[in-house]
Amino acid sequence: METEKKVVIELLDVRREFKVGDEVVKALRGVSFKIYEGEFVTIQGTSGSGKSTLLNQLGCLDTPTSGEYLLDGVAVRRMSNNQRAKLRNRKIGFIFQNYNLLAKTTAVENVELPLMYNSKVSAKERRERAIKALQEVGLGDRLQHKSNQMSGGQMQRVAIARALVNDPTIILADEATGNLDTRTSFEMLVLFQKLHREGHTIIFVTHNPEIAQYSSRNIFLRDGQIKSDTLNPNILDAAEALAALPVPQD
Amino acid sequence: MRLFYFILRVALKALANNKGRSFLSMLGIIIGVAAVIVMMAIGQGSKESVRANISQMGTNIIMINPGADRGPGGVRQDPSSMQTLKVEDYEVISQECRYVSHVSPEVSTSGQVIYGNNNTSTSVYGEGLEYFDIKQWEIVEGACFTEQDIQTSAKVCVVGKTVVDELFPDGQEPVGKTIRFKSTPVRIVGVLKSKGYNSFGMDQDNLIIMPYTSVMKRLLAQTYFSGINCSALTEEMTDQAIDELTTVLRRNHKIKEGDEDDFSIRSQAEMMETMSSTMDSITIILVVAAAFSLLVAGIGIMNIMLVSVTERTKEIGLRMSVGARGIDISAQFLIESVLISVTGGLLGVLLGYGISSLASSVFMLPTTVPLWSVVLSFVVCTIIGIVFGYIPAKKASSLDPIEAIRYE
Repeated sequence: METEKKVVIELLDVRREFKVGDEVVKALRGVSFKIYEGEFVTIQGTSGSGKSTLLNQLGCLDTPTSGEYLLDGVAVRRMSNNQRAKLRNRKIGFIFQNYNLLAKTTAVENVELPLMYNSKVSAKERRERAIKALQEVGLGDRLQHKSNQMSGGQMQRVAIARALVNDPTIILADEATGNLDTRTSFEMLVLFQKLHREGHTIIFVTHNPEIAQYSSRNIFLRDGQIKSDTLNPNILDAAEALAALPVPQD
Repeated sequence: MRLFYFILRVALKALANNKGRSFLSMLGIIIGVAAVIVMMAIGQGSKESVRANISQMGTNIIMINPGADRGPGGVRQDPSSMQTLKVEDYEVISQECRYVSHVSPEVSTSGQVIYGNNNTSTSVYGEGLEYFDIKQWEIVEGACFTEQDIQTSAKVCVVGKTVVDELFPDGQEPVGKTIRFKSTPVRIVGVLKSKGYNSFGMDQDNLIIMPYTSVMKRLLAQTYFSGINCSALTEEMTDQAIDELTTVLRRNHKIKEGDEDDFSIRSQAEMMETMSSTMDSITIILVVAAAFSLLVAGIGIMNIMLVSVTERTKEIGLRMSVGARGIDISAQFLIESVLISVTGGLLGVLLGYGISSLASSVFMLPTTVPLWSVVLSFVVCTIIGIVFGYIPAKKASSLDPIEAIRYE
């Protein structure tokens, strides 16, 4: 591991328990790892492995029952709801499986959303940054398209642009290709790899092992614990895979 | 401030995305506010028109009635207590009372008057000459009866326009004609200028005025008055005039210190106050009834907002995940409900204003939309928006972002 790189995420024996009725469900049973700047990490695991819980932790949507989570050096566990909201606003970019765009709203307005909750960004700067982020994901010509006028791939690109617009420390993707067909999925992977090359730190939660081949590091979860955590020595190029796909018949 | 503007825009957009629903939830407020405005407009309008009517009659008028003033619903009094006002009282008032400018005894009766084949039922007032000054009656045809007519209890009269219309439908000249009241022939010497209807819908022109002596001797054979009308020198001196009249009458009636008056004195101003306060209570009842519809409208808004929160759970989750705090979310929904209620209020004021002017132009109802009722409507609507938006906003802001974002 390249230890000279900056640590952006550090988990120290993170545990998360839920009370369901009388039973205590241990979703995370002591998870520790570090993620360095510029890594493209996939977190894999079957349903019930604690993936989603871990993602909620990493995304500062939830706090651990015990253990410590440091995001960019800031301890999250004892933060208030409002502090965590601010942290999400400034340091995290979320990408969801079902895009979660605002209905009947243009691409550029969707992308502007995170900056709306940041009063330091002026309206002018907000618009400029949103346009730039959309250009980065290849939607520079669809700024004024509304969310209901776009294809799944386009919507996910808007969502990625929205995740990029606040210049986050980490990009968290939750099954970001789960709703897309194979071709579009590969197009997304090409985009993620491009962002990775540009230096973004990406954490991609998925149950699809194929995606892991295109990332730089693979973490496997099972029963709330890390089963394996390996660097990918042989990162495949998504662009090549995309080119190799059969051209659609219609 | 920037955030507020942004949230305002978000709320506007959310409302625009659901135009039909927003309008329906607004409708309750629109109707409620319009109802309140119309009720207030009619109440205020009638009050003003009553006031105008009464003051047109003269606010310095003072009426003396026989019998103690027991107020409405009081014990029925001995008939003899209604016979306390006599000619001596009239004389002493006209001689001694310095704050009283005019005084006229009054004897009234009513019944049928006949001329030829026509008849009508009317009121007959026996009055002194000064009555015409007190009540501001003018003679348009012929002349008034004279002091000599009073001295001789002459069977002469002046008649109101309605009586003329009823008895002389063919447009004959009434002055000089002799009409009959019951069996007594009475000669018309003059016609009164029309005053029209008053605000209670009473025809003020359906009357006959005769010398009080004539009514007392020729028609009723009684020695007492049914009242005495006076006017104070000015409206401001009404109270002094009442005090003076009370003192003089008590002395004249030999009423001992501490005993009750056997007459009652009321001023027109006092009556006006009574009328206004009656009008006020009616208005209040109407407005309260209308206000309840606002309450119901508020509950309607709350209902819609709760549905909206549930429906937009995912959106709320997304906003939270990109950094919206609870307060940002609750502000968004609060502003939305306030927008609904205030817009509804605005439309309601316009509708109420429209209905009020329609009511006054088509149904001839006197209406005035008081400015304060418009202001009040806005304040109430804002409060409704906040109060009934609070629970949905609270619900929205307390959603768990994790669950909200995955809500299907």
